[in-house]
Amino acid sequence: MTLLEIENLSKTYPGAHGTTVKAVSEVSLSVEAGEVLGIVGESGCGKSTLGRALLRLIEPSGGDIRFEGKSIAGLSRRQLKPFRRDMQIIFQDPFGALNPRHKVGAIISEPLKVHKIGNTASRAARIAELLALVGLPEGSAERYPHEFSGGQRQRIAIARALALEPKLLVADEAVSALDVSIQSQIINLIAELQEKLALSIIFISHDLSVIRHVSDRIAVMYLGRIVEIGPSEDVMETPAHPYTQALLSAIPRPNVPRAERVVLKGELPDPANPPLGCAFHTRCPSAMPHCTTERPALVARKIAACAKPATTACHLYEVA
Amino acid sequence: MTDTIAAPLLSIDNLTISVGSSAIVEDVSLQIGAGEMLGLVGESGCGKSVTALSIMRLLPEPPMQYRSGTIRLGELDMLALSEKQLRAIRGEDVAMIFQEPMTSLNPVLSIGDQLREMILLHRKVSNQEASTRAAQLLDRVGIPSARTALDRYPHQLSGGQRQRVMIAMALACDPRLLIADEPTTALDVTVQAQILDLIDDLRRETGMAVLLITHDLGVVSQYCDRVAVMYGGRIVEQAAAAELFANPRHRYTEALLATIPASNPPGTRLPAISGTVPPPGNRPAGCSFHPRCHAVIEPCTTTLPRLEGIPHATRCWNPAS
Ligand SMILES: Nc1ncnc2c1ncn2[C@@H]1O[C@H](COP(=O)(O)OP(=O)(O)OP(=O)(O)O)[C@@H](O)[C@H]1O
Ligand SMILES: Nc1ncnc2c1ncn2[C@@H]1O[C@H](COP(=O)(O)OP(=O)(O)OP(=O)(O)O)[C@@H](O)[C@H]1O
Ligand SMILES: [Mg+2]
Ligand SMILES: [Mg+2]
Repeated sequence: MTLLEIENLSKTYPGAHGTTVKAVSEVSLSVEAGEVLGIVGESGCGKSTLGRALLRLIEPSGGDIRFEGKSIAGLSRRQLKPFRRDMQIIFQDPFGALNPRHKVGAIISEPLKVHKIGNTASRAARIAELLALVGLPEGSAERYPHEFSGGQRQRIAIARALALEPKLLVADEAVSALDVSIQSQIINLIAELQEKLALSIIFISHDLSVIRHVSDRIAVMYLGRIVEIGPSEDVMETPAHPYTQALLSAIPRPNVPRAERVVLKGELPDPANPPLGCAFHTRCPSAMPHCTTERPALVARKIAACAKPATTACHLYEVA
Repeated sequence: MTDTIAAPLLSIDNLTISVGSSAIVEDVSLQIGAGEMLGLVGESGCGKSVTALSIMRLLPEPPMQYRSGTIRLGELDMLALSEKQLRAIRGEDVAMIFQEPMTSLNPVLSIGDQLREMILLHRKVSNQEASTRAAQLLDRVGIPSARTALDRYPHQLSGGQRQRVMIAMALACDPRLLIADEPTTALDVTVQAQILDLIDDLRRETGMAVLLITHDLGVVSQYCDRVAVMYGGRIVEQAAAAELFANPRHRYTEALLATIPASNPPGTRLPAISGTVPPPGNRPAGCSFHPRCHAVIEPCTTTLPRLEGIPHATRCWNPAS
C-alpha cells in the first residue's frame, strides 16, 4: 500500500538581490507503508527543504502531496491537524529544536498533550518507556536539555518524534551527530520500530554508508532534483548516474587510503542560478555537448553494468 | 607519562572537572604538538565536548568546576588567565568549531557581519579588506557564490552551510590551535573531504595544531596522526592512528571498531555495544567499562587500571592483542 505520494513538488525561496533560490524542483516519489526511503545528496541540495515541504512544515511552491490517498497540499492548518499525528519529523538541528526552559519529560510528552492523548499518569509511563527506548538513563525526564551531551539531546528529539507512534517519520540527519556505537543502537532501534509498527521512514542523510544500511530504496538528489532512484542494492552496487558514482567513491573508510578516493571537483552550483541542461554537467567527468542544453528526464534506462534498468536522469544511457 | 612530543603546543595534565560531587572528566592528559592533528573519539556523553570547552575556558562555572590539573597553551597557563585575557586569546590563538552550529551563530546578524566582526576584532584591516577576507573564507569552505552569500542570515542557509560558516569563522584569524568538535557531522562526504583537506593543508602550511573530536572513525584514520579514546570521562587508550586501528588494545576500542556501518553487511543488525555509558556520578568501581565488557577478569570490577604503555597507551587489565 502506498502511504505517501508526492508529485512535482517544488519549493523556492526569495534569494539575495531579487533572485529566486530553487531549493526543490519538480520532485515526484512515493513511499510504501513500512518502507524506508533514503535520500542522499550534497549539502545544500534540498534534502531538508524536501522533507519539510512534504510534511507541509513549510509551504510548497507547487505540486501535490497525497497521504493515504488524500491530497494534503491544499488543506488548512486545522484540516491538517489529524494528519500531523501520523507524520513526524526529527530535525537536523535538534539543539535549536529543544526548548531550553522545559524539562526533558515535558519536551517528550508535548506531542501527547497537543493531541490530548492519555492522562498525567499514562503520559509519565510513556515518557519512561520512550526514554528507555532511546537509551537515556532513568531520571532524565527531570533534567534540562543543557545537562545533556550533543548525542543525548539527539536521542531526546528522537523520543519526542516517536511519542505518537506516527505512520510516517522524516528523519533529517537523525544519526549524523551520534558516535558510531550510539548510531548503531539508534539505527537498530529505527529498524526495530519500523518492523514492529510498520513505520514508513524517509531517512535523510549525507552518509551513504548509513543510508545503505537502513534503506529499502535510495533517492539521490542533486541541486533540487532527483537524479537517480531505485532499490538500495542497485543504487549502491551499480550506480548509474555519474554523481552517484562520485558520491560512492568519496566514503571514507578505515583502512582505505585517502589517495584512492575520487573527490568531486568544483562546488555545488548556486540554486539561484542553476546550470542549463543537466545541472551536474559542470562537474561531470562524462559530460557530452547536449548535456549542457537538454535536461535529461528521470526515467528507467538500460545500463550496461546491470540486467535491470536503472531510474536515472542521465543522457549517457540514451537509446541511440 | 606518554610525552612523545618535544614541546607540545597544548598540554593538558591530569585534568579533572566536576559538577557538584560528580566528576565529568577525570584525570585527563593530552598533548598536541604544532602541526599535529589529534583525534578524540568516544561514545556520546563520555566527556569529549566538556574537555574541548575546558581548554578555551568556555564551561559554565558554576556548575562546572576545575578540580585539579593544568592546561597549557604554549607559554600560557589557561587556568590562570582573566576573562579579559581569555577574550583576546579566543579566536586569535585558539579557535573552536562548536558541535551546535545553529546555537552558536547570531540569528539577527548576516554571516558577512559576523565574519567581518571576527576579523576586525583581531586584525588591523579596513572594512573593505575584512569583506574580501570574509568572502575568501566562505569560498574556501565551499559556499557557492561567496560574495552574495555574505548578505544572508543563518536561517537562510542549509544545515551543512551553517556548519561551514562556523568553520570559516574559526579559521578567520589563523589560530595556533583549532578545536573542532564534530565539525563535519552535517556535511556530506564530498564537502566533508573538502573541509578536512582544508584543515589538513592549513596545519601543514601554518603549523596549526588540531584537536579533532569526531565519531567518524573513518575520518580519524584518514586525517589524524594520533588518536585518544575516551570512555566514562577518562582516556582509555592513546596511540598513533594506524597502530590503533590495526591493534586496538582496550576492549572498548575493540568493540567501537566493530560497530562501523561500512564494515558490516547492509541490512544486518549492527554489533552495537549493549548498555549505555555510565552517567557521571554513577560510574562503576574498577574499570568503568567492565559492566559492558566481554573480557572481564578479576581486578576489572574492583581496581581502576592505569593508563600505561609508550607510545601505545591503554587503561585495561585484559587488553586485546
Ligand atoms: N551543564 C551540565 N550539567 C550537568 N551535567 C552535564 C552538563 N554538561 C554536560 N554534562 C554531562 O557531562 C557528560 C559529558 O558531556 P559531553 O558534552 O562532554 O559529552 P560528549 O562526549 O561531547 O558527547 P556527544 O558525543 O554526545 O557530544 C554527559 O554525561 C553530560 O550529561
Ligand atoms: N529560508 C531560506 N531562504 C533562502 N534560501 C534558503 C532557505 N532555506 C534554505 N535555503 C537554500 O536552499 C538550498 C537547500 O537547502 P536545504 O536546507 O534543503 O539543503 P540540505 O540538502 O538539507 O543541505 P544540508 O545537507 O547542508 O542540510 C540551499 O542552497 C540553502 O541555502
Ligand atoms: Mg539539511
Ligand atoms: Mg559533544
